[in-house]
Amino acid sequence: MNRVSIQAADFDPAAELAALEACGGGGVASFTGIVRGEGGLVALELEHYPAMTTAQVERIVQEAADRWPLLGIRVIHRFGRLEPGERIVFVGTASRHRTAALEACAFLIDWLKSQAPFWKKEHFADRTAWVEARAEDDARAESWKR
Amino acid sequence: MPQLNLVYFAWVREAIGRDEERVERPAPDVTIRAFIARLAEQGGGYCQAFAEPDRLRAALDQRFVPLDSPIGEARELAIFPPVTGG
Repeated sequence: MNRVSIQAADFDPAAELAALEACGGGGVASFTGIVRGEGGLVALELEHYPAMTTAQVERIVQEAADRWPLLGIRVIHRFGRLEPGERIVFVGTASRHRTAALEACAFLIDWLKSQAPFWKKEHFADRTAWVEARAEDDARAESWKR
Repeated sequence: MPQLNLVYFAWVREAIGRDEERVERPAPDVTIRAFIARLAEQGGGYCQAFAEPDRLRAALDQRFVPLDSPIGEARELAIFPPVTGG
């Protein structure tokens, strides 16, 4: 059971985890990304490339499925305007054993950061700024290359 | 003549002032880098958006490719800054 959703709406992590638990494995790992309200941030605006996003994220999910013995993968990535404290992204993996679930979960979020066509714009009270890609994130994504 | 759909995202879109346009597709061996240098000659927002090609990334027909890739027979070229999702 691998499923990708690119959506504006919020999601329910508990329901997503329950679905992964029902895959029959011995372990479920997950990551939920949340908008940080640092530096007076009012909102984060996520833009994406609708014609490409779902297919590209599905390719990333397929890469994880090829590399680890997983029973289920769930990826949800939101777009649009999000306020501090709101959920942005969910990655969940189910496997028979913990190592595959944990490693695949880390791989998926690292690759989503550097390989999925999303762009974040920060809105402050008096200005806006596009978030710059971080070399550290690229390095983490690169470390999974083989 | 075959057409090429150009799509722009993030600050590239904002600098150019539009998210999409159709242009005549260049010869297949023209690289993305050479093509955006031509677009930059139109001045204004194009010049601003494409001033530093090394800050740009591209996709041909919804697949990430290096800027030195030839455009070939692609139908869509997307130009954008490095992605910042997740």
